[in-house]
Amino acid sequence: MEYEEAKKMIVDGLTKKMKTKTKFYFNDLAKIIDLKPREAKKLINQMIQDGTLEYWSSGSTSLYGLKGAGKQAHAEHED
Amino acid sequence: MKHETPLLDQLESGPWPSFVSDMKQEAERRAKNPDNIEYQIPVDVVEDIMGLLELSYVHGRTHWKHGGIVGVFGYGGGVIGRYCDQPEMFPGVAHFHTMRIAQPGAKFYTTEHLRNLCDLWDRRGSGLTNMHGSTGDIIFLGTTTKQIEEIFFELTHNIGQDLGGSGSNLRTPADCIGQARCEYACYDTQDLCYDLTMEYQDELHRPAFPYKFKFKMDGCPNGCVASIARSDMAFIGTWRDDIKIDQEAVQAYIGGEFVPNAGAHSGRDWGAFDIQKEVIGLCPTECMWMDGKELKIDNKECNRCMHCINVMPRALRIGDDRGLSVLVGGKAPILDGAQLCTLIVPFVKAESPYTEIKENIIEPIWDWWMEEGKNRERLGELMKRQGMQKLLEVTGLEPDVRMVQEPRTNPYIFWKEEEVEGGWDRDINEFRKYHQR
Ligand code: HEM
Ligand code: HEM
Ligand code: SF4
Ligand code: SF4
Repeated sequence: MEYEEAKKMIVDGLTKKMKTKTKFYFNDLAKIIDLKPREAKKLINQMIQDGTLEYWSSGSTSLYGLKGAGKQAHAEHED
Repeated sequence: MKHETPLLDQLESGPWPSFVSDMKQEAERRAKNPDNIEYQIPVDVVEDIMGLLELSYVHGRTHWKHGGIVGVFGYGGGVIGRYCDQPEMFPGVAHFHTMRIAQPGAKFYTTEHLRNLCDLWDRRGSGLTNMHGSTGDIIFLGTTTKQIEEIFFELTHNIGQDLGGSGSNLRTPADCIGQARCEYACYDTQDLCYDLTMEYQDELHRPAFPYKFKFKMDGCPNGCVASIARSDMAFIGTWRDDIKIDQEAVQAYIGGEFVPNAGAHSGRDWGAFDIQKEVIGLCPTECMWMDGKELKIDNKECNRCMHCINVMPRALRIGDDRGLSVLVGGKAPILDGAQLCTLIVPFVKAESPYTEIKENIIEPIWDWWMEEGKNRERLGELMKRQGMQKLLEVTGLEPDVRMVQEPRTNPYIFWKEEEVEGGWDRDINEFRKYHQR
């Protein structure tokens, strides 16, 4: 899959869900672009590098979100 | 001290050294600043952390929020965001992020290296550390968001150390001291640990696993890093030929010339050494006996528990055909109960560049877990959910009797049609010859 195509799918996919959720597990992203985890990882890493996505971490669990989406408050279920 | 802490003070009254005393000492040292350190975060950070902790004891609830978007560029782990929910009262700990620093292999330090780490942390962090966290990393406790990239830069450029793992990724691999100092080591734990750390940098720093994953390396079944309990994949040294016996040295133990256990239990008088009671009688597989003056071992029964070797290290030595066993699926009780690792590879040679271990064991297991694992499901939980049979299928490993923990642990092994001669079809006439309707 082309990088730009994957990026569009991820951005569209996550934007659609933004009302209810701003942080996603890695596997949620892999499903959106319908690739095996290892393949998806290469593309998703690149989306982190170019600032499309950002990591969020609880310390034990890592999540992904569109850069700047959601507030810290999301973690406390206030939004 | 800035805040009154009667509840914390009470913790100092017990018989053990208290972290409260340590924090007070650090708070005082920061306030006096005898070394003229140019503090980059509030000087009273330690006093504020004590004040905050006291308040949470009073309230019976935590005043920490959980998690955050902090990290260094390109890394998804190594920094754990912690924000306080009472920043006006305790401005010193408004941000109090944890940094995980990869420990040196087998935790070998030079004093210079330790000093460099501590100097960096005194200047850019709270000065409080946890040596070591339960995964093995050096834990730097508490700094502000602004300091993180600075610390990362100095750490990697001046001190030659990297951040460790946190979050849903490969955690910093940890190993026993191994061949560097220990004659029991059946393979070079430090080499394997370093090799896997370098090979899997992407897995370590860029989280894409369902949850955490830990490698641990023990050079022998004594298990000094307790890999079987503390990792998702344990590499435990072993051998497959015979224990080497020096019969003269056996006699020297019996005669009291050598102290058993290298003197480790010499704190009190246990009486004369009794090989029957202390070695042969404690062999879990009952595979040892004395044949006149000769100690005998039925090596095919020995399960390499290390007991006899530990008691008489000058008489008994590990074999020469050495390698390691791989066990998988250990974990602590979160989500599901605690679990020890299960044996999947009884023996594999441990020789650099470890291609067999990587390509035939680690990677197929990761592929399976990354695809099938639910969010926050450890490998051990997936193994329970989908079964050992499935694990063997994805790795292509042959079932082996040594994988069975005890008879009847799982009688529900299902055959597949292609594994059964003739498939599911049977000749009904042939069947009826033996069985009436
Ligand atoms: C009531 C207070 C707290 C509770 C009940 C708590 C509970 C836990 C639990 C259950 C885990 C393990 C999570 C997992 O592995 O899935 C954990 C991990 C952790 N916690 Fe806490 N915690 C508390 C406060 C704190 C505070 C105040 C800090 C730091 C300021 C902190 C820092 C961490 C870190 C660094 C980890 C390690 C994450 C990892 O790598 O697994 N925790 N905590
Ligand atoms: C090839 C023949 C057989 C196989 C493979 C087989 C397999 C099993 C298995 C796997 C269990 C469960 C064991 C456990 O829970 O640990 C079981 C239980 C049992 N089997 Fe068999 N079995 C066989 C023949 C028989 C025969 C011939 C009888 C009686 C005539 C029998 C009576 C029972 C009974 C009463 C139980 C216990 C059920 C319970 O605890 O609720 N089995 N068998
Ligand atoms: S695990 Fe074995 S090899 Fe490693 S340090 Fe302990 S006794 Fe020595
Ligand atoms: S290593 Fe353990 S099982 Fe093997 S002979 Fe010694 S005591 Fe027995």
